[in-house]
Amino acid sequence: MAKSDKALVWGLFAAGGTVTAFVTPVLVVLTLLPALGVLPDVLTYDSLRAFADATLGRLAIVAIVVLSLWHAAHRLRITLHDFGVRADYAVAVVVYVAAAVGSLAAGWYALAL
Amino acid sequence: MSQRLVELEVLRFNPETDAEPTFQRYAVECPEEWVVLDALNHIKETVDPTLSYRWSCHMAVCGSCGMMINGEPKLSCKSFLRDYEGVIRVEPLAHFPIQRDLVTVIDDFVTKLKRVKPYLVAGEARPVEAGEYRQTPAQLKTYKQYTLCINCMLCYAACPEYGLEPKFIGPAAISLAHRYNLDSRDAGREARQQEIAATEGVWECSFVGACSEVCPEHVDPAGALQQVKIKSTLDWFREHLMPWRRT
Repeated sequence: MAKSDKALVWGLFAAGGTVTAFVTPVLVVLTLLPALGVLPDVLTYDSLRAFADATLGRLAIVAIVVLSLWHAAHRLRITLHDFGVRADYAVAVVVYVAAAVGSLAAGWYALAL
Repeated sequence: MSQRLVELEVLRFNPETDAEPTFQRYAVECPEEWVVLDALNHIKETVDPTLSYRWSCHMAVCGSCGMMINGEPKLSCKSFLRDYEGVIRVEPLAHFPIQRDLVTVIDDFVTKLKRVKPYLVAGEARPVEAGEYRQTPAQLKTYKQYTLCINCMLCYAACPEYGLEPKFIGPAAISLAHRYNLDSRDAGREARQQEIAATEGVWECSFVGACSEVCPEHVDPAGALQQVKIKSTLDWFREHLMPWRRT
């Protein structure tokens, strides 16, 4: 039998899972802090804008967004399969196209802003 | 030894006379220390000699006596009566066709096991004078856990993906392929990858993890399959992005 190309989407899923496992809790905390009235200098608009303007910061943001999208897409595909949705091909096309569009949008924003 | 009246509800099916499987209830006095297999043997010896099931070693080594006990895949020789209350329901392993009573048809698993070449494939032939293939304790340790599989098929009965997609090669066969792939004396990985890195191979696994929960030998097939996924993904990137490094 031929080897499957599913390795490509699984690789993005695994990388995205690792990234989101580390980054998502941090983002939750960083979002809650200002909501609770705690606003350290590092979370002000100017410093976050400066972070996003630096090439490395911008690359990090794009990488996190893109990998999270592909992780979520593959997770959704597996979950739907486990819930008994048998249209795997159609589901795969929809979720991966969404992830691809999101990835392109993230790249475009990173270049345009 | 304290005795207890144990009620077993056993699935019965005779393909020559029955259209559908039915449950038959047996009530037998058993010592508390017995396992479910003891109770079945007692029933076969004293109540109903027509009851059919597989067993051999009675010590969780041979892997023959796997059954669904109260809906969970278990070795009946390792399932103590004292851990169950009320009527104990005993059925053949899920996801396999029934041959008769608690005996299942295991051809599917055996065929898949053969496909993954679960044996050492030597790289180049060595003369006998060259001596044994030596291995360090560290090299042994990388795969030793996966040698503990006894082919009892509890993981197949537990795996929801195998239930949904019977073509899935499944937990035990892929774990055994992984065991030989990790062996420093082996050179058969590429041949095994053709099977386990295919769509019907490791990619059908969605990491539910039930296989590792029911494994009586603590092989952790789910962990093995995750490692196979990572290695197969690295292979994929190497083959598609670095064709000059194709192995």
